[in-house]
Amino acid sequence: MSAGANPAAPTAIRPPEAPVTPVPAAPRRRLADREGALAWIFLMPSVAYIIVLVAVPFVLAIGFAFSDVTAGDPSFDWVGLRNFRRAFDDPVFWQSLTNTVVFTGVSMVLIVLLGKVLANILMADFRGKWVVRFLVLLPWTTPVALSSVAWLWMLDSIFSPIDWVLRELSLLGQEGALFGDASNMYWLGKPGLAMTSVIAVHVWRITPLAAVIMMAGLVAIPRDLEEAAQVDGAGYWRRMFEVTIPMVLPVAAVAALFGVVFTFTDIAVVDVLTRGGPNNSTQVLTSWAFFRGIEGGDIGQGAATALFMFPILLAAAVAILRAVRRMEVR
Amino acid sequence: MAVVEVRELVKTFDHGKVRAIDGVDLATERGEYLVLLGPSGCGKTTLLRTIAGLERPTTGQVWIDGFDVTGLPPRARRIAMVFQSYALYPHKSVHANIVFPLRAARVAQAEREQKARWAAELLDIVPLLDRKPRQLSGGERQRVALARALVREPAVFLLDEPLSNLDAKLRATARDELKRFQQEVGTTTIYVTHDQAEAMGLGDRIAVLSAGRVRQVGPPVEVYDDPADTFVATFIGSPPMNLVPRDGLLVGFRPEHLLPAEAIPTGDRVRLKLAVDRMEYLSGDRHLYGRISGIGQETRVVARLPATVTAPISAGEGYDFVVPRDRLRFFDASTGQRAEPVPL
Amino acid sequence: MATGATTAAQADRLRRRYARRYVGRRIGVYLAAVTAAFLCAAPFLWSTITAFKQNRDLYTPANNPFRFNRPATPDHVTYLFERTAFVTFAWNTLWVGALVVAITLLLGLPAAYALARLERPWAGWFGVAIFLVYLVPPTLLFLSMSRVVVELGLQDSTWSLVVVYPTITIPVSVWLLIGFLKTVPRDIEEQAMVDGYSRLAAFWRAVVPLAFPGVVAVVVFAFTLTASEYIYALSFVSPTEEKVVSTGVPTELIRGDVFFWQSLQAATVLVAVPIAFVFNLFLDRFIAGFTQGAVKG
Repeated sequence: MSAGANPAAPTAIRPPEAPVTPVPAAPRRRLADREGALAWIFLMPSVAYIIVLVAVPFVLAIGFAFSDVTAGDPSFDWVGLRNFRRAFDDPVFWQSLTNTVVFTGVSMVLIVLLGKVLANILMADFRGKWVVRFLVLLPWTTPVALSSVAWLWMLDSIFSPIDWVLRELSLLGQEGALFGDASNMYWLGKPGLAMTSVIAVHVWRITPLAAVIMMAGLVAIPRDLEEAAQVDGAGYWRRMFEVTIPMVLPVAAVAALFGVVFTFTDIAVVDVLTRGGPNNSTQVLTSWAFFRGIEGGDIGQGAATALFMFPILLAAAVAILRAVRRMEVR
Repeated sequence: MAVVEVRELVKTFDHGKVRAIDGVDLATERGEYLVLLGPSGCGKTTLLRTIAGLERPTTGQVWIDGFDVTGLPPRARRIAMVFQSYALYPHKSVHANIVFPLRAARVAQAEREQKARWAAELLDIVPLLDRKPRQLSGGERQRVALARALVREPAVFLLDEPLSNLDAKLRATARDELKRFQQEVGTTTIYVTHDQAEAMGLGDRIAVLSAGRVRQVGPPVEVYDDPADTFVATFIGSPPMNLVPRDGLLVGFRPEHLLPAEAIPTGDRVRLKLAVDRMEYLSGDRHLYGRISGIGQETRVVARLPATVTAPISAGEGYDFVVPRDRLRFFDASTGQRAEPVPL
Repeated sequence: MATGATTAAQADRLRRRYARRYVGRRIGVYLAAVTAAFLCAAPFLWSTITAFKQNRDLYTPANNPFRFNRPATPDHVTYLFERTAFVTFAWNTLWVGALVVAITLLLGLPAAYALARLERPWAGWFGVAIFLVYLVPPTLLFLSMSRVVVELGLQDSTWSLVVVYPTITIPVSVWLLIGFLKTVPRDIEEQAMVDGYSRLAAFWRAVVPLAFPGVVAVVVFAFTLTASEYIYALSFVSPTEEKVVSTGVPTELIRGDVFFWQSLQAATVLVAVPIAFVFNLFLDRFIAGFTQGAVKG
């Protein structure tokens, strides 16, 4: 309704006299609106929970690591670095460390590679996809103790079905056979083979999870980019290596992170399959800490061993997260 | 010989339930700028993608440069495409983006650099070569996308609404740049848009699509002045053509041809009465919204009076208006198709 | 230079080549899918057969392990149900899982919302810190955690797991949910608040329904983590009736050196199949939640 309005415009129609509404009193800020307070209320339960049930035991564990607490003698006496020194003197400790590095390193590489391949398969379009997805999820969704027990039989020294197939194919149990002339492979009995088996079972278990995580990454790549690359003349492999993989790298890193965490903190596979044997060739830091701490009763020693892992894990996680942040392309 | 030709193309989705392209025949002249125009869902993008090879036709053929390319993937078709989002590889520099198609074609290093340089200079983006896409503005990204397309020296450029991501202000300058670019390079271009003003400004010819069919193909003047059916008549032109029902026909005339009787004192004219309800001022023109009677049913119409017509008009009054007879267009009311003129 | 045909014959040849490649690729995909499915599921498929094998059949190395060389018998499966506490284990796992998931959502969803929405400068750090908590390995904690459990008087009770498991599920869930909630447009909540709801009510009525895929992702993921957990269950719970499937089955069915293989395999399959089935049902939503949470968050 400016003053310079068009003289030919219809005269303004005024709304009927509006009833006078009472001006409401200044609204009080109810608790449900006070953002600062709300933030704290929302956060507090989780924080409190975690502090009580994680931070406290964590500090306690650090305390144990510097004490002589055992199952038999639960009195808490400060012993300084004695537990650590004992650990460093123990050759099994170093072997566990090496085993942990090998176990995690090899598993990680395999999990990321196979996970990517599996993710690609699951993204493709074909009949029976639902069934394939279901079957592929089984290794991850099954409780680890149970699937490990299932593998225990598959890798049995006498009754292993794998050995049976190899024997039927004449790759085993005969003179000059590819895998030797013994009637069984002793998957869990021979040191090198035992580590291979443990890695294989672990990779088998975690790859589906990595695949699902990477599917999330692949799905997020805009379709335009794939098509532009097609129009630009790039074939399947060039598209894969120059467009898809660089864009999926942040997610692959997240998958790797999850993989590292699950690998480092898992003892079920080792515990069930080999109990760390033979001769500690599959002993990892986690299982060693468990054996010493709970079964051996030397809580202080167990805590020291376990504590050793934490900085390593932390460093790895921070490194991966930093890399992800740098790789983030909008 | 037509550069791009589409023969009896049909594309259905969802097991035949959705007919995105319902029998299209189209051919482009060499070097021309052909615009595919239509509302959302009319099939223009699907048509473009089928020409590109990103969709497989259900039936029909696509020919590029004299060869039947139906069934060949995009990279065997000598085409280049610019997507609505520009689809620049975010992790590669501008230079790497431009060079990518040349590497895919295994062009030698020296030649690659030379071509990239040429494209960058043509599109005036040489200072941007080391930047990443996320550091560029919308207009700059568009030029990089064009450079990447140019460098392939394709037989045809396919552009999918490349201006819709730009600010309205930028759009006008971008349009001008695009047109000059295409004229300089001379490559046949097929351009998809839903904006009829854009189409009228850019196209050498416009193909108007609706519901998977081509309604009319022709130069802008022809599509504007001689629409083939009511869809084209109302889609092109803003405000759209007025249509008055009369005896099973629709009588059409453009708003700018509906003028006060004093403005056209002589000539073969049709007289009618206009009751003005509302008036708008737009960039010097007056747009009158009202109802006319005298040549058919009473109908709501729009009249566009240029600034040169100074006759005083007020809302709420009735006036004598005229339309030159040669500006009337007749359409069959049931089919919408163009019909023979009828004396009024 | 755009590559392409330069003669009609070339065009023909190109077309045939691409047609062949297309077919080859389809075959390749099916082959890969079948191989992947086989490698992943073979142990389970074989477990199903083993569960019904007679002892004599099973314990003869020369016998074909993939066939019933002697007639199949349901004895071992019945043994599992009648003579072991398998049903109790499964039931325990179920209600523990449900409670843990409920606690996780109850505590985690508001926390994630607070970190995602209510702009506090320390929010970013907090999110990272929460994730780092996840890294503290249970193997480090369980020694001292068992002390805490004893203090709480929950030693040897399934309830100890209900209390402890959220420490594993909450960090990951919050991390996922933060990313996910960030993608819910603020407009929705602001509209709700303009319409007269308090922030709290806006959260409950407007945001939570939209976050459903993320919530589903978290629920499914948390449940699998809970069902699979081994160390805490082993350390805190000894009485048979209190055990969960993860520790109960191995300990019940492995007495010293004697393995009740058929029953073990049956138990494995019986537990694995439903969980995988449900996970598969929600897989698409899980991926959507993960995409929003981990990829974009």
